[in-house]
Amino acid sequence: MFKRLADSSPAVGIIVDGKPVSARAGDTIAAALLAAGIGHCRTTPVTGAPRAPYCLMGVCFDCLVTVDGVGSRQGCLIPVREGMKVETQLGRREAGR
Amino acid sequence: MARTADVVIIGGGIHGCSTALHLALRGLKPILIEKDYAGRHASGVNAGGVRQLARDVHEIPLSISSMDIWERIEELVGDDCGFDAHGTVLVAESEAELAGFRERVDDLNLRGFVHEELIDAAELRRLVPAVSEHCPGGVVSRRDGAADPFRTTQAFRRRAVEKGAEVIEGVTVTGLTRIGANWRVETSAGVFEAPRIVNAAGAWADRIAAMLGEPVPLSVVAPMLMVTSRLPPFIKPVVILRGRKLSFKQLENGTVVIGGGHLSTPYRDSNETVLDWEKLAISARTVWELFPAMHEATIVRAWAGIEAYMPDGIPVVGKSSTSEGVFHQFGFSTHGFQLGPGTGAMMAELVATGSTNTPIDGLGIERFQTKQK
Amino acid sequence: MTASADLAPSYELVVIGGGPAGLAAAALAARAGVSTVLFDENPGVGGQIYRAITSTPVKDRAILGEDYWDGAKLAEEAKASGALIVNGATVWSLDRQRIVGISIAGKARMIEAGRVIIATGSQERPFPIPGWTLPGVMTAGAAQTALKAQGLVASGRTVLAGGGPLLWLLAAQTLRAGGKIDAILDTMPRRNWLHAMFHLPGFALSPYFGKGMALLKEVRAKVPIHRADTIEAVGADRVREVLFSSGGETRRLPADLLLLHQGVVPNVNLANAAGVAHVWNDRQLCFVPVLDADFGSSVPGIAVAGDGAGIAGGTAAAERGRIAAIAAVRALKPDCIVPDTQAIRQRLQREEMGRSFLDLLNRPVDAFRQPAGNTIVCRCEEVTANQVRDTAKMGCEGPNQMKAFLRCGMGPCQGRLCGLTVAELISAERGATLDEVGYYRLRPPVKPITLAELASLPISEAERKAVER
Repeated sequence: MFKRLADSSPAVGIIVDGKPVSARAGDTIAAALLAAGIGHCRTTPVTGAPRAPYCLMGVCFDCLVTVDGVGSRQGCLIPVREGMKVETQLGRREAGR
Repeated sequence: MARTADVVIIGGGIHGCSTALHLALRGLKPILIEKDYAGRHASGVNAGGVRQLARDVHEIPLSISSMDIWERIEELVGDDCGFDAHGTVLVAESEAELAGFRERVDDLNLRGFVHEELIDAAELRRLVPAVSEHCPGGVVSRRDGAADPFRTTQAFRRRAVEKGAEVIEGVTVTGLTRIGANWRVETSAGVFEAPRIVNAAGAWADRIAAMLGEPVPLSVVAPMLMVTSRLPPFIKPVVILRGRKLSFKQLENGTVVIGGGHLSTPYRDSNETVLDWEKLAISARTVWELFPAMHEATIVRAWAGIEAYMPDGIPVVGKSSTSEGVFHQFGFSTHGFQLGPGTGAMMAELVATGSTNTPIDGLGIERFQTKQK
Repeated sequence: MTASADLAPSYELVVIGGGPAGLAAAALAARAGVSTVLFDENPGVGGQIYRAITSTPVKDRAILGEDYWDGAKLAEEAKASGALIVNGATVWSLDRQRIVGISIAGKARMIEAGRVIIATGSQERPFPIPGWTLPGVMTAGAAQTALKAQGLVASGRTVLAGGGPLLWLLAAQTLRAGGKIDAILDTMPRRNWLHAMFHLPGFALSPYFGKGMALLKEVRAKVPIHRADTIEAVGADRVREVLFSSGGETRRLPADLLLLHQGVVPNVNLANAAGVAHVWNDRQLCFVPVLDADFGSSVPGIAVAGDGAGIAGGTAAAERGRIAAIAAVRALKPDCIVPDTQAIRQRLQREEMGRSFLDLLNRPVDAFRQPAGNTIVCRCEEVTANQVRDTAKMGCEGPNQMKAFLRCGMGPCQGRLCGLTVAELISAERGATLDEVGYYRLRPPVKPITLAELASLPISEAERKAVER
């Protein structure tokens, strides 16, 4: 869906669902997922439908992911950090995990 | 030209709507006047607990008669109101607290009330597996449950209209005067006349009472609630605490409603409430300690409904002490939702026949008048 | 980086949002000598229009255009002004007592504000078409954000749909960056021209006239443009093709990415939750706050500046921020020296000139605002247009009652992506005005916070004693 204009920014390694993904400094989690071609970042709690980032400006909440164990974080607002663990969310994911 | 009715009900909360329905079922013609819309305030936005547990003995008869109605609510109002009966559990956080609960249950048993049942740690864990290990037992009321408050209030309103009541919303009562055998009710939308009036005006009921020359020491409160996003199912009954303020319940849709009576600042003239996050933080800490599974839950919304609180924490129900044909039904002091169905039925009986078989001793408005003299 | 523990218990002025309005307001107030903090939830300042202005990897200035780079000066001025600028800071509560709930890196704080300027800007108008929840369907604004902030440009088969200045700007920027756009589906009806023409003289004098014309020409030269009366995104796990019809004829376009846009509307959530009164604006088809000449709201001490006050664009937003800041400084410290507002108001007026033309020309048709059938309206709770229409027919009079029946607006986005649609659907079904129908009564937290974060909220001495007793 997206390609990078220039890969000049320093690489930042994050882990997405246990697999290493190379992001760039300046990426938000949502941008890193889009750049890596990851199809969806969560499924909905109501029908289990797949969702991917929609607005990238913090209003739609479709980019919710689990970040370092904390669920339902807005991926479009959080910058990537080396070693950050990101998990895609399945429905009602956040309690009793 | 004044419009006439058999009864004018002031206030479209669950109590006003329930009384309207039960009056209509008795063949009377009530007109209900609501300043906003039915269920706008506490009746529509409370925690939805349908609880007989831990009630003041004076209101237990109304609570029990209400419970009988809740169990056939769909038959009465044509909507199941989201009611489910997974019980209410009062959790003891220490042996000393549990001992206190035992005394209360024994006392209730002596009075002939058997709905509260003491449970040990094993039964507590069977009912509420997620509860923290420090809790040694509690009390359960197994027929209790929860319902959707706005849906319930709307269902009563809808059925009341179907049965012949009239509901007029967005209209404020501005004056009450007695003219012959009738009450003249002045409103922002004209004059209504009826021989009987029910004051079910909730947080605004003291203003109605004042018009009748019987002021009451009502305080306006707005208990805060908050709700999480949807979580996997992990708890069935409603859980309440006594020592710390908490009510806790997971709805069918997975969201968890957290309440317990921490108060916001209400502004009843502008229908606004300002939340107190430091107190909500206390609720959050209580939940944190009681349910470790909730640690990563997300709070998506907090709110408060404006309602009336009486100094003794129990409602004002019964005939006016000053005014012939006037009846009071307010001041439910943050626990009136469950009482709505039964109190409406009792009130309709009282209004229609002049007396009721349901004991309401100790709930009359005169208890405040005598204290003031 | 500022942590929540580093914040003072109170500031004279709290500015919320780091776009042009917020940056200009904070800079002016801090320079005048008022203790000022600016909270912005994004990783860097600039808001959406100047997104990533201090960090963008897009170095070729021609790609984003000179208007974008205007933001650099605003950011520099704010930085130099002495205002404390905190990014990654989400304001989740604001009330009429001007207590501000803030969350930074998972740590919450409550602070007090003497005055507040809400500068939370705009968001894209909901564009509810069948399939708009599929992965691969995004907003044009999202694609622009990815371009500005990360240098990501649309690749693969890309279709743009809708209308409005941002759609055409994004198209041009994408093309300049070497991206390819397969088609643009123009949903703005030609008859809009008839209504807009009356206002053309005003627009012709505004700075947007020449730029707009050049932009259209640039895009039209390179991209096939089709009119579209209906649009549908089709695919199982993600969008595979876009169906559109025009004059009764349906066509299909294979697509990996569908970018939707039909204008922007004020982001009302924080102001609404703080108790600020709003009214329906029929020209902009959205709710806007009721404001005085200094952008003061119905809640004393709280102003709303920028596009949150009604859409007028980035340059106007900065001027509005300055006017609101001058009012705040005068109220807080009457002795401080502030610029005269007259020149600012004149500049603002010039910027706002031509807005009527743009609003009417880019007025989305009913069908794209009030969808039919089983099109999802509330993305969070997956509530359809039919459900909302049927519940309205049953007697449900407003969005707040609708929440109780359908849960629309009760998911994590708190109505941001369905509020206008639900209100308009109820209005259409019941024949009531939008002011009668109203909007969701929003409740804090306006952004979700974790229970853990709330539980660890530092509490005041008074509360601590109350708990220990």
